[in-house]
Amino acid sequence: MYDFEYHKPKSVADAVAALKKASDGKFMAGGMTLIPTLKQRLAQPSDVIDLGAIGDLRGIKVDGNTVTIGAMTKHAEVAASAEVAKAIPALAKLAANIGDGQVRNRGTIGGSVANSDPAADYPAAVLALGATITTNERKIAADDFFKGLFETALKEGEIITSISFPTATKAAYMKFPNPASRYAMVGVFVAQTASGPRVAVTGAGACAFRVKEMEDALAKNWSPDAVAGVKVPADGLNGDIHGSPEYRAHLVTVMAKRAVAAAG
Amino acid sequence: MTMSVSMSVNGKTVSGNVEARTLLVQFLRENLGLTGTHVGCDTSQCGACVVHVDGISVKSCTLLAVQADGAKVTTIEGLAKSAEQLHPMQEAFRENHGLQCGFCTPGMVMSAIDLVKRHNYEVTEEIVRHGLEGNICRCTGYHNIVKAIVAGASAMKAAGV
Repeated sequence: MYDFEYHKPKSVADAVAALKKASDGKFMAGGMTLIPTLKQRLAQPSDVIDLGAIGDLRGIKVDGNTVTIGAMTKHAEVAASAEVAKAIPALAKLAANIGDGQVRNRGTIGGSVANSDPAADYPAAVLALGATITTNERKIAADDFFKGLFETALKEGEIITSISFPTATKAAYMKFPNPASRYAMVGVFVAQTASGPRVAVTGAGACAFRVKEMEDALAKNWSPDAVAGVKVPADGLNGDIHGSPEYRAHLVTVMAKRAVAAAG
Repeated sequence: MTMSVSMSVNGKTVSGNVEARTLLVQFLRENLGLTGTHVGCDTSQCGACVVHVDGISVKSCTLLAVQADGAKVTTIEGLAKSAEQLHPMQEAFRENHGLQCGFCTPGMVMSAIDLVKRHNYEVTEEIVRHGLEGNICRCTGYHNIVKAIVAGASAMKAAGV
């Protein structure tokens, strides 16, 4: 790992100020992606700005039909939250199956969503539930947030402060985890929302994406059979030593079927 | 960038100067000489480096020493009351032959204790297997490790630790 200047600001404003001063600074949330990346010398920031001491960014609040989770809330906290389990059980279950226990003890929802790893779990939930991402500058709809491989709508110096999930009448997430890393080879989150069914896929493409055809099919008939016939094209999907684009395309349909069945 | 850090490790206050990039596991092993915490994969997957930071199990190869400044850290060396009296979870590993080469054992024990407490001392084989996803045993000795943790959970409850 190359050395860097380390900062641990107490407020979002101080964090932004530290980033502005740095020649090539980087925010760190839980560090579960950033630290391994630094160790492999795949990144060389001049400054690492640790968001871990900003208390305002932590916590879970349920207000009517909205679950708001502070950006620095850890996966283990979401997984163990009775409030989340009651309001959106699928979200608590997703959090309980991210990575492994020690990753869940450090990794945060804001870090996961801001990083937009193509195989991260949370982006599927954010997109399928139609969540709203609140930053220190504005609110961003999930549909406008994920832009590509590790690319989001966040601008330089913009920090996610919380994410608000509307509850859904039905929801479930099914993933086919990579047996070694536990990252999603393919994960599909389905939700029956106030504006109709939404289906979001992670692991298969450059970033999380929705499958309109499956949503239309579910709007007519909410059943595993409705999505069984919908195939996503393999063109442009991820291919690596773990699976070809064709394999991942196939998994999208399989996981969607299982998710709809699990949602009931 | 050199920074001074201070933390409680196994009940003793320790301090030192580290680079910002120094990992907690390096600080424990190289500065403090606590080599019971192992580095297996160095890619955050194997769990040989698990320690407790403020009572929560973490991979010390994926945490900067400066992030643990001011924290209460417990390593495998901090568990046993004395050379004669092991922690109930360590004792359960010994009783159940929960180790072969022993390299992964410190991390297994540290993860196991956090897991057992998190489940209020009531663990099943299924809970243990899911809870050990972040710990890899390259001797593939999982069967006895799982047995040891289930037994260790009851022993911890009985001992009130």
